[in-house]
Amino acid sequence: MNLYKYASPSAFYPLAGKMIPWFAVSAAIFFAVAMYFGFVLAPQRAGDQNQVYHIIFIHVAAAWMGMFLYVLMAIYAGIGWAFNARLASMMASSLSITGAIFTLLSLVTGSLWGKPTWGTWWAWDARITSTLILLFLYIGFISLQSAIDDQRRADKAGAVLALVGVINVPIIYFSVQWWNTLHQGATIRLLEKPKMTSPMLIAMLVMLVACWLYSIAVVLIRLRCIILEREQNAAWVSEGAA
Amino acid sequence: MNWSEFFSMGGYGFYVWGSYITALILLGGEVLLLGRRKRALGNRVNRDQD
Repeated sequence: MNLYKYASPSAFYPLAGKMIPWFAVSAAIFFAVAMYFGFVLAPQRAGDQNQVYHIIFIHVAAAWMGMFLYVLMAIYAGIGWAFNARLASMMASSLSITGAIFTLLSLVTGSLWGKPTWGTWWAWDARITSTLILLFLYIGFISLQSAIDDQRRADKAGAVLALVGVINVPIIYFSVQWWNTLHQGATIRLLEKPKMTSPMLIAMLVMLVACWLYSIAVVLIRLRCIILEREQNAAWVSEGAA
Repeated sequence: MNWSEFFSMGGYGFYVWGSYITALILLGGEVLLLGRRKRALGNRVNRDQD
């Protein structure tokens, strides 16, 4: 199978269409399993934390997705720019919306956790502030794309912004180590024994997988829309128009 | 544990369920808007390609 074939929008379009239902259905199953582990099997209290800790499952998954999707978006935007690959640029545009939504979700759920725990909805702490900057980077990328009429120029401008903004991702990740933050340290570290009981850990990881599957499904659906919108004058699209 | 106890989350129900409802609204909203965008485009592609 020639994989390069799928770098062209016309070949990728039907392939993505076949993949979407599988990702969507498995995302729903994983969400349900995560909720079952998180709310039924996990203990009511976690260490010194009361039941409000249940927010952690969606909060951590959303925060991770916000960062992962940003890096992915920057890579695709960079590829689209460097190799003049229009499908990669379309992928970056598609990723930006879902990434922004997860980043917003991590900020809102963090706020809902902060109020009963710290007594405040918001703090200008290093991690929270850098996550807010991540949201602004996404919004900047999205508005830049819609503000520039020439699509390929918009892609280039977006790529520059996305690549410069990548520096913010390690800042978010290491902020809890570099600065003395109100936000607690990492919950899970590689190569270290996790500080949580196993149903909690399973709930968190399954939720993360669910968010990945969800993201793949919606990003592919949006990518198909973007392909149609941008290539509507191309023969493979217009020939099929009724 | 009964249901009302479950939903009250030890008095933190607003925060806990508020978080999951926000997730539902944001992600559900994304899917809904995406469905609308898809329908607006209609079936433009050659059927045997899809």
